Amino acid sequence: MLYREAGDFKTSYQADSQTFPIAFDRWRYWAVLVIAFCVVPFFVNAYWANAILVPFLIYAIAAIGLNILTGYCGQVSLGTGGFMAVGAYACYKLMTAFPDVSIVIHIVLAGGITAAVGAAFGLPSLRIKGFYLAVATLAAQFFLVWMFNKVSWFYNYSASGQINAPERFVAGIAVTGPNTAPWAQYMICLVFLTICALIARNLTRGTIGRSWMAIRDMDIAAEIIGVNPLKAKLTAFAVSSFFIGISGALFFAVYLGAVEVGEAFGIQKSFLVLFMIIIGGLGSLFGSFAGAAFLVLLPVALKVIGVDLLGWPTDLVAHLQLVIVGALIMFFLIKEPHGLAQLWRLAKEKLRLWPFPY
Amino acid sequence: MKMKTLAATALAGAMAAGTAMADLVIPDLSYRTGPYAAGGVPFSDGYQDYFALLNARDGGIGGETVRVIECETAYNTERGVECYEATKGEGALIYQPLSTGITYQLIPRTTADNIPLHTMGYGRTSAANGEVFNWVFNYPANYWDAASVAVNYLLDENGGSLDGKTIALVYHNSAYGKEPIRTLEELSALHGFKLTQLAVDHPGQEQKSQWLQIRRERPDYVVMWGWGVMNQVAVQEAANIGFPMENFIGNWWAGAEHDVTPAGMAANGYKSLNMNPIIDYPVLAEIQSLVHDAGNAAGDGSNLGSVLYVRGMYAAMLAAEAIAKAQEIHGVSDVTAPMVRDGMEALEITNARMAELGMEGIGPEFAVTCQNHGGTGQGLVQQWNASAGVWEPLTGFISPDASVIAPLVAEDSAAFAAESGITPGCL
Repeated sequence: MLYREAGDFKTSYQADSQTFPIAFDRWRYWAVLVIAFCVVPFFVNAYWANAILVPFLIYAIAAIGLNILTGYCGQVSLGTGGFMAVGAYACYKLMTAFPDVSIVIHIVLAGGITAAVGAAFGLPSLRIKGFYLAVATLAAQFFLVWMFNKVSWFYNYSASGQINAPERFVAGIAVTGPNTAPWAQYMICLVFLTICALIARNLTRGTIGRSWMAIRDMDIAAEIIGVNPLKAKLTAFAVSSFFIGISGALFFAVYLGAVEVGEAFGIQKSFLVLFMIIIGGLGSLFGSFAGAAFLVLLPVALKVIGVDLLGWPTDLVAHLQLVIVGALIMFFLIKEPHGLAQLWRLAKEKLRLWPFPY
Repeated sequence: MKMKTLAATALAGAMAAGTAMADLVIPDLSYRTGPYAAGGVPFSDGYQDYFALLNARDGGIGGETVRVIECETAYNTERGVECYEATKGEGALIYQPLSTGITYQLIPRTTADNIPLHTMGYGRTSAANGEVFNWVFNYPANYWDAASVAVNYLLDENGGSLDGKTIALVYHNSAYGKEPIRTLEELSALHGFKLTQLAVDHPGQEQKSQWLQIRRERPDYVVMWGWGVMNQVAVQEAANIGFPMENFIGNWWAGAEHDVTPAGMAANGYKSLNMNPIIDYPVLAEIQSLVHDAGNAAGDGSNLGSVLYVRGMYAAMLAAEAIAKAQEIHGVSDVTAPMVRDGMEALEITNARMAELGMEGIGPEFAVTCQNHGGTGQGLVQQWNASAGVWEPLTGFISPDASVIAPLVAEDSAAFAAESGITPGCL
């Protein structure tokens, strides 16, 4: 009986159109925020931060970005890895070129640069759709990775082509480099994720978001009712790439600290983020979180269960993981194309009617 | 949602936290899956089997049993970081990731956590400068040594001059493959040969165009920096274009049985560097009887005696000797990771000791010092005999050209020190 609307009166238009219409959801939202900001940092250790929480937060940002493009605006993209690489390399070049400027500014600027690159690669979307666009963005993926590998200016002419994040501070606390405390890594990612999620939520509820969804649902009809497809598609590419760029910058600077473009931002990364939004739920912010959490936790959970508890060989568990992820993607595509978010939505609906369903 | 995540995290974390026991913990960041598994499996088997042998024969090292924790990375840096974080809390003494990408991740982390990192023949070459990289060791040899050894061998074959010759470098387009380029460029300027660079992208199945270029340009020699599935494809492609195998030299990560067997007889005569000759070491018989016959073999037990198995075993021997040295220096048997670092820095491998361990001649004699974490840098050249199915050592240990390598190491490590704010010095 947690989900009930009885007694929850809305007396203004604002209250009627709020994100969480049910009182329990609102309280839960604030509770999650309080726990994430005020409790977890005091308990997080290096393993939790590096293996679970930081990758989850960073992938959630990337998933939000791709979800805006693919889930909200209907433009299929396989260039996520390449755009993350743009964020990472932009952040690296800024960090090394302007060492005295705050890393926070660099990460935001890296997002901005990625937005410009993303919008440029989004231009073909005005002419081509669906699979054809997927192939165009795939070209972006391969081109960007090739470029970061080929042009040594991007990695400051180092012998091996690896980029390393030097130590940088926020308010006197190291957030990049080897001496970063786990809680600091966690907090900077959490702050960026929270802000990104808030921006994304408000964008998708407003005019811009509605024009994206109109284009997604039926572009010709959208054009007839006055949506400008050029503006809608390019803003979707730009906003999406902005978030993906931020996640790439955090991925490189805060999480890994050293990156090799082909290995870290290859085509697998594009697929991973795409799987996150497919399993999590297309066109849903909650789905981005759910998908990121699911695909970050699943390998760790399988490893803990298979290797540590059952004592199976490590290669068997690794292969099993591929099988399970593949099977899950097929399952979700067939049984629940809207992903985990839809399951959660259904569960809430059922709980609201319980115990008297009609 | 986040609450659910946290609950799951708590569960995962609680299960991951194992019990701490008083024994020597050696993590094995192996990869038995993915495009590089062909090399990862035998290395990991050799690494684990040697420690199993020490446990079975000597009761461990200095009376302490060795506990190997295997963690699958699939050659993926993110999984590598996860493995590192999952195992370091258990009292890990030394890391051997067998991946240049993961090594770059772990260099700053192990330095901050005070755990030694041993990257034999791979990883960051300039880590040979122990005054900058206090916690990283890459003895007995590194990539730049390998490049120089290969050129020295070719010089020897050509009567001391490579003037006017062309050498094509076929390399894996990653940090690993790019490492020898600087050295080869220096050497090409020094010896007057022309260097052509041909990059092959991860994972390395696509190299038709590179070999077409080789067929067109007809270089005198092809040197290859490959790994995993890339090697097999390259050997096959070389056979397809009829490139003479005697003039095709892989580095020591491109010269194992699984690299040449797919091409069959066509691979006959292919050469590669190696840091450990493949001969019948007595220790292999001991592993067979005490580990494999007892049913404790790592993996499926089919790799005993192969090139990378022997190298994994060699790596394990160097780790075990360093631990024994640490026990001797500090007078305790249950050593910690910083003590093992001291042991590695004081390590001395002699021919007498290698003979005693049943692996005479597996590597050159060397002694580690604070300044030199890189060993002698010697390597040998071996050749594939396809009809017998064996790698035959062709030369003895060849020394690299220190006058070329040393300034490069000094330069690169100084750049790293400046970038990371390190003041070079001994611990």
